[in-house]
Amino acid sequence: MTETQTLDTQDADPFVIGGEPFRSRLIVGTGKYANNEVMVDAIRASGADMVTVAVRRVDLDRTKEEAILHHLDPEEFFLLANTAGCYSAEDAIRYARLARAAGFNEWIKLEVIGDETTLLPDTQQTLEAAQVLVSEGFKVMAYTNDDLIMALRLEDAGCVAVMPLASPIGSGLGVVNPYFIREIKRRCEVPIIVDAGVGTASDACITMEQGVDGVLMNTALAAAEDPVAMATAMRHAILAGRHAFLAGRMPSREIAVPSSPSKGMLD
Amino acid sequence: MSSDIPGTKDAIQVRLNGKDREIQGGLNVRQLLESLDLHPRLVVVELNREILDRDRYASTLVGEGDQIELVHFVGGG
Repeated sequence: MTETQTLDTQDADPFVIGGEPFRSRLIVGTGKYANNEVMVDAIRASGADMVTVAVRRVDLDRTKEEAILHHLDPEEFFLLANTAGCYSAEDAIRYARLARAAGFNEWIKLEVIGDETTLLPDTQQTLEAAQVLVSEGFKVMAYTNDDLIMALRLEDAGCVAVMPLASPIGSGLGVVNPYFIREIKRRCEVPIIVDAGVGTASDACITMEQGVDGVLMNTALAAAEDPVAMATAMRHAILAGRHAFLAGRMPSREIAVPSSPSKGMLD
Repeated sequence: MSSDIPGTKDAIQVRLNGKDREIQGGLNVRQLLESLDLHPRLVVVELNREILDRDRYASTLVGEGDQIELVHFVGGG
């Protein structure tokens, strides 16, 4: 066991979503990698045990390469299907049901987009879909805005996790509103997973320092020049941020305070 | 669902993954997947907007005008 692995989530700081324990607070996507070998290597390097997948039509001309299960072992990774690309509650519900019918689990990363340019979520449709899916027995992890009220409503609807964005999907802008993220974490009881917008290791670390339970990312790894190296960096960043949060940071102040004693100086 | 007589070999028109397609008549869903070289465990079938349970593939015939969606998991975030 490497030093990094010993730092991963342990009994003292368990990470549990919907009654299911996970080893890593980093959840990773499987999209946009240059090839499947790099994807699998990056996911392994990230230490993530939960990975997201999308539901799409089989391309009847070239099946083998695109089917993710030809490359990812569902025994090794916990598959979290998403409803990415859906613009209405009705579509998201349809995709979620198809995902469940694949036969792996009843979990869904619910995502209903409201705008093509920013890919910001349509939270009204998201809430509507969440209510239906929860009533059908799904464990819903809901992607949403960094909006406290909607986070509370999604929690009330029975979502097992609320997943506010750091910044728009694929933007790599990092956490644009740490205060809102902290407030959502303070007020919700379900795990808060920051989903989307993390660009590099410092973003992931700063996100975790807000006290959230985990981070979900895809493009930050897939679009890095070296996805495997970035995955390693992210793994450390998530752990560093988590530990820094638990450690409790010193108060920041805009004046200097000497670290060495002022007494005992020579005349 | 099909009104065709099981076993008929006449070609039928279906809408398969958004495209009009001519397929052999009389096929059940399991045979359709086999003819497309698809592993039943890696695919989810939606027939006329209803998800079809895997244990019904062999007993469900594909009929004229059916709308069939074959989906699977791909990379995504």
